[in-house]
Formats: sequence, structure tokens, C-alpha cells
Amino acid sequence: MKLNSVKEILASVHKGETTAADWAKASLDAVRKVDGELEAFLTVDEDAALSRAEATTADQGGLAGVPYALKDNICTQGMLTTAASRILENYIPPYNATVANLLNDAGGVLIGKTNLDEFAMGSTTETSAFKKTKNPYAKGRVPGGSSGGSAAAVAAGIVPFALGSDTGGSIRQPAAFCGVFGLKPTYGRVSRYGLIAFASSLDQIGPFTNTAEDAAIVMNAISGYDQYDSTSAKVEHEDFTQDLGLGVKGLRIGIVRNLPEEGLNPAVKQAVDAAIHKLEGEGATVVEVDLPHSEYAVATYYLIAPAEASSNLSRYDGVRFGRRAEAKSMIDMFEQSRSQGFGMEVKRRIIIGTYALSSGYYDAYYKRAQQMRTLIRRDYEKAFEQCDVILMPTTPTTAFPFGEKSDDPLAMYLNDIYTIPANLAGIPGASVPCGFVDGLPVGLQVLAKPFAERTILRVAHAYEQVRDFSWPQPELGVAE
Amino acid sequence: MKITEETVSHVARLARLAMPEAERSLLAPQLNDILEYAASLQQVDLEGVPPTSHPFEQTNVLREDEVRPSLSRDAALANAPETEDGQVRVPAVLEGGTGA
Repeated sequence: MKLNSVKEILASVHKGETTAADWAKASLDAVRKVDGELEAFLTVDEDAALSRAEATTADQGGLAGVPYALKDNICTQGMLTTAASRILENYIPPYNATVANLLNDAGGVLIGKTNLDEFAMGSTTETSAFKKTKNPYAKGRVPGGSSGGSAAAVAAGIVPFALGSDTGGSIRQPAAFCGVFGLKPTYGRVSRYGLIAFASSLDQIGPFTNTAEDAAIVMNAISGYDQYDSTSAKVEHEDFTQDLGLGVKGLRIGIVRNLPEEGLNPAVKQAVDAAIHKLEGEGATVVEVDLPHSEYAVATYYLIAPAEASSNLSRYDGVRFGRRAEAKSMIDMFEQSRSQGFGMEVKRRIIIGTYALSSGYYDAYYKRAQQMRTLIRRDYEKAFEQCDVILMPTTPTTAFPFGEKSDDPLAMYLNDIYTIPANLAGIPGASVPCGFVDGLPVGLQVLAKPFAERTILRVAHAYEQVRDFSWPQPELGVAE
Repeated sequence: MKITEETVSHVARLARLAMPEAERSLLAPQLNDILEYAASLQQVDLEGVPPTSHPFEQTNVLREDEVRPSLSRDAALANAPETEDGQVRVPAVLEGGTGA
């Protein structure tokens, strides 16, 4: 039983060849077999998964019988949700995130919760307080982050889909590093209710799958307006699979003139260029577009995201939930609980954010970053007047070895240069596997204007039909 | 602008984050690097550009103020580190603190 296709599992369950319980057992077997070394999961509740599967009927909904995983910053009622932080190591949410309810209602079967960078702050999953998730294609290398556990679980064949969250690339970058499809939807497309907040104007939940078509099926289940998230978008429900088969004939592909290429591995660039040529061969036209403020995206992001984070994380004070340190006074209790509960990367961002928002620096840092955000947003608006999608690498390099950048935060942040602008502009973006360099996956990033996920999925699907590079077996994974 | 350990100490206090000296001395130069990098924004003319706080236009969402079921007291307190008589218990607010 291969756990690599949402579409095929659905068809099999629908025909009555297999049941939800068969798939849940297969997925739990895969966890036992692979996850001891992969370490993608923080929590696996076998009993809950099996009883949910037993109660699932073949006609329950759009994901009947499909096992899945959730990033551990997505709240699950009665099941540990830690955000990979010591400060939440015992937190059991009294409610479900909206996406968890929607997936349950659609007949999905939750297998477990996946590892991440603490509070989703990181690009490697190394800042997790609990585990070091490996890259399934090279166990000495990072899976990317922050949704590294979700990406690795799908790449290793443990679950056919998993959800992650993307604040500056945290779905697309690990998808690229692990050789899976990852979609960050338009800001507001998927409810953030029950997603542990990092930077609220940037955070967005989205799927990891093996194909664009599977991502479309998952999007049909999780997207839509939610009264519990006042920033969720009031747009008509649409069928994300609708345009998959349209091909790319006549579609305009934008490539960016003067894209910052500092640190871009030439072999990564080559793989991405080859993918663009493939799509040209399928009838797309290529146009050059300008994104003049691209070089400021990282600076802008690393002021805005920490500023929002420092505010969001003020709730972890040891009072109503989470870790509490013993202290004589209330203020000491706050300071010690936070000091003991947060790891270094989280502290670093709280300090940057608090500094950028503090009196005397607000105008120079936070306000200027918000103004630059306007210019970056406008760059994309203008570019999408000339093209339907913009293609570029998802990341400048392939997955790097553990520890390589963990002592140099700025070098780590610069790795996010191609993914950050989509969050600042609120637009959707995906990463599609487009080749391997030295045995490591490369991601092609596909960006489109707000609410044009269907165009992204259409282009990705068309590319998936014609890509012809050789695809190695993962080092850590369920054997064929 | 130069981030010193004193600056880190001050900002950490604003953020209610106790910070041992080893962490302060690690963070100060790293924050310097990051803020120096961010200083590229100072070189751009942003006069008159409106700030973006949110990717799309947002309006307040209002609803009728109706009584609806919500979390029970037990569920709401289930994660609290210390409770007493159905309420969250905390250490003394004033005694021995560094100020409230």
C-alpha cells in the first residue's frame, strides 16, 4: 500500500478495495519503520488514528480514508500541541484549529503532529526544542523549515499529505529541500484559527503533497471563509482541480530581470531554467518582468516578522497555560518562565522585534519596513499585469548540512530571499520539484496574483506531466 | 547605532525576558549584524509611501452580541499551571518584584 497519492487512496477507498483503517494502519506501520531515524513526528496517537479510521465511511467527504499529518503549531483538541517549544511542552488545546475540523469532516485521518522550528522560526527545523528531523534524501542534511517535519513525512512516504504553515517560506522551502510539492495559498484563503501565531499579517496554512493535483484536492477541503478568523477572505468557494488539465498554451510566464543571484548555486539555476524551457515547449510564452525592490525583501521581513512575533509571543507568560517557572513575584515569574521556555532563535526574534517597535526606533525600523512592504507589493501588482505566473528558484541552494548556518543568523535569513516576498505581498506561491543536484532535490517556485492558486496548480500540473529528470529513492523512506 | 549588551539588557526587560550574560554577549553582535543589514532600508526614499500593515484591505468584522456556548471553566483552566477555587493562581504581584 503506497502512501504517496491522495487521489489513488481516495479512488481505492471509494471503490471499496481498501478502507480508511487499512490506510491508517499502513501509515502507522510506516511511522514505526522510518520515523525512529527520520524524526519527522513529535506526537503520534495510534489509538486516536485507528478509532477515527474505523468511524470513517467511504462516502464521508472529499478526503475519506486519507491519512495525514499536521505541523505541531496547528491546534488539535485533546492532543499535545507544542510548536516545538519547551514553553508549550505540556499544552493540550481545548479546541481544534479550523483546518483540523475541516479535515476531520472530510474524512481525513490524523496520524500525528510533525516537528518544526520552534514557533515556526527557522529555515532548517533545527531550532525545535525536541527533535532533529533529517532530510529523507540525505540524513546528514536539514529538511528545511520551518515545516520540516511535514515535508519529510510526505517525502518519506509516511503520509500522502500534511499541512504546514508559511510565514516567509516555511512551506515552499522545505518542499524544495525534500522533493515534494508545497503550496502557500493567498493570505486569508485558509483560516488561521487555531494556528499558533508567529507573524499574523504573514502566516498562512497550506498543504504538502506529491503532486499539484493532490494539493488541489486538499485545498478543496481546507479553504474558505471562517467566522473565527476575521482576516480570512470572503471569496466564493472554488474547485481547485478545475483548471488542472488546461495546459499552458498561451500562458505568460514571467521571469525576473535582475533577480538577486548572490549565493545562487549555478546548478539550481540550471535546473530551474530547464523547467522553464519545458513549459515554453508546451506553448507558454516567456516575458521579462521587473521586481525592483526584491533586494530589500529580507531586511523588510526580518523587521516586520519579529515585530509581530514579539507582540504575539507576549501571551506566553506562565499564567494561564504553558510552562511556569518558580519565582517569588509575578514579574520574576514572567521573566523566568519566558527565559527558560524559549530557545535562542525565539529570543533573538523577540529582542529584534521589541527593539524595532521600541520608542525612538519605531519610525526608523518598523515604519520604514512597512513602507517598503508597500513598494514590494506594488512591484508584484505591476508584474502580474504582464504575466500569469512568475517562475524562479524556491531557494538559492539545495539542502545544507546540519549546523552549517546555525551560528550565523543573518546567513540563515538570506536563504529565504526568494520566498519572503510572497508573504509580504500576500500572494500565493508553490514549490514544485524540478530536478536533483548531487542527489538533492531542487524546487521551482511558481507565484501568481492573489487568489490565482488555480493558475499555479495548472502550471505545476502541466510541468509534472513533462518533467523527465531521474528521481532517486530517498535514503530514509518507505521502500517501493 | 551600535547594539551593546546594555541595549540587549534593556530591550529584554521591555520584553519581560530574563537574559543571562552569556546570552546577552552572544546576541549583541548578532543583532548588530542584522540591524546593519536592515539599515539598507534607510537609503531608500520612502517619503509619502503609505505603510502596509496587512496584505489586503481589512475592515472590522462585527457580529451580534449573542450568548453562545463557549469553553467550560474546567476546560479553560485545564492547562493552567496553578489554580485555586476555579481561578488561575499567580505569585504575589508586588512583593520582591522589579516593578510592575
